[in-house]
Amino acid sequence: MAGSLPPNIDRRELLPLLFPDPGQWLFVSGLAGASRDAAALTGDGTNLYTMAGTMGAAVPMGLGMALSAPDRKVAVINGDGEMLMGIGSLVTVAAAQPQNLTVVCQDNTMHGETGGQRGHTAGATDLETIAQGAGIASTLTISEPGQIADAAAFIAERPGPRFLVVRVLPTPPSDFKRDMDMAACRVRFRQAFLASAGVPDPSI
Amino acid sequence: MTDEHPHAKWSGVMFGIFRDAGVKLFTHVPDAGNDRLIALAEAHNDTRVVLLTSEEEGVAICAGADLVGERAVLCMQSSGLGNCPNFLSLAKGARFPLLMTITMRGDYGEQNPWQYPMGEAVEPLLQAMGVLMFKVERRDELEKATTAALNASGNGAQAAAIVLSQKFLGAKGF
Repeated sequence: MAGSLPPNIDRRELLPLLFPDPGQWLFVSGLAGASRDAAALTGDGTNLYTMAGTMGAAVPMGLGMALSAPDRKVAVINGDGEMLMGIGSLVTVAAAQPQNLTVVCQDNTMHGETGGQRGHTAGATDLETIAQGAGIASTLTISEPGQIADAAAFIAERPGPRFLVVRVLPTPPSDFKRDMDMAACRVRFRQAFLASAGVPDPSI
Repeated sequence: MTDEHPHAKWSGVMFGIFRDAGVKLFTHVPDAGNDRLIALAEAHNDTRVVLLTSEEEGVAICAGADLVGERAVLCMQSSGLGNCPNFLSLAKGARFPLLMTITMRGDYGEQNPWQYPMGEAVEPLLQAMGVLMFKVERRDELEKATTAALNASGNGAQAAAIVLSQKFLGAKGF
C-alpha cells in the first residue's frame, strides 16, 4: 500500500526536478512549507500565488485557475495536512476534469508548521487511494529519489487532472522568505498573467 | 416550453445580468433557491457549472478564476456560508472581489429549527469577513441588488453577496 512507503525524498530538491521549466506554469501553493518550496522554485515569481492560511484552499484555487485559463498549465503544490483538510476538493476536481491541472502533494506525514505533530498519513491513510476513489484517473505515489524522473514524466505525459503524492523526509522546507502581503501578491499575479495574455487589466 | 418553476423568472433575469457582466463559472452546492439559476448556467454555452462538495471550495475557485482575470460566482444556501469563514480571509485579507448568491433559510417563515442559528448568523458573518451584503426582499429589488453586487465585485473591487431572503423566495413548507 502506497501509504506505508517509507519517505526518502528531500523536499528541498524535489520541485526543480519535477518542474524543470517553471516559467511555463501557473502555480498555487498551500500553507506553509509547500509555499516556501514553491517560492524557492520560482524565486517567489509572479506566476505563483502562495498561501499561509486558508488551509485546504490550494486545490480548489488551482481548479478555478485551471478552468478559467484552460490553455495554461496549472500546478498546485501542497502538503498532506493541507490536502486532507480540503479532501473533498479532489472529488470536485475529478468531476470537473481539468486537463491542465496537476496536484503535487508533499507528504511528510506530519504537521510541520505547528511542531511536527503526527498526521493521518503516518498511519493507515493513503492519499493516492483517496484520489482514485474520488475519480482521478492519473495518480502516482513516489518515495525514493530514483523515482523522481518517473514522476516528472508522469506530470509531462499523463492526461490531467493528475495527482502526485511524494513521500518526503521530515526535514524543514526550503529556506526561502516570500512576500506575505496576500493582497499585493494577488495584484501582482493577476497583472503578470493578464500582461502575458495580452489583456489589459480592467481593475487598474 | 416555458419553465413554470416558481424561481424561473427571476433566475432568468439574474442569469442575464451575470452573463452580461462576464461571469463564466457558476460554483454551487445544490439548493432549491438556486436550482433554476444553475440550470440556466448549465444550459448556456458561455457559462460552466462546478458542483462542490463544500461551499468553501467555491470561495477558493472564485479566487483562482480572479487570478487569471475571469469572473466566477459561488451560489449557496445560507447554511453553506457557515462552511466558508476561514476561506473568506481571501476577501477580507487578500481583497479578492468574490461574488456570491446566498439563498436564505432560517429567516422569514422558516419552520425548520435547525436552519435558524446559521440563518441569523449570515449578516454578522458577512460583515466580520469583509463581504458587502445586497439584500433582496421584494421582486422589484432583484435587478438593482444584482447589478449593485456585480458593480461592487467588478470595478468596485469588493467582495459582495446577494442575499435572497425567504420573504422574497418563500419559505419551504414542512
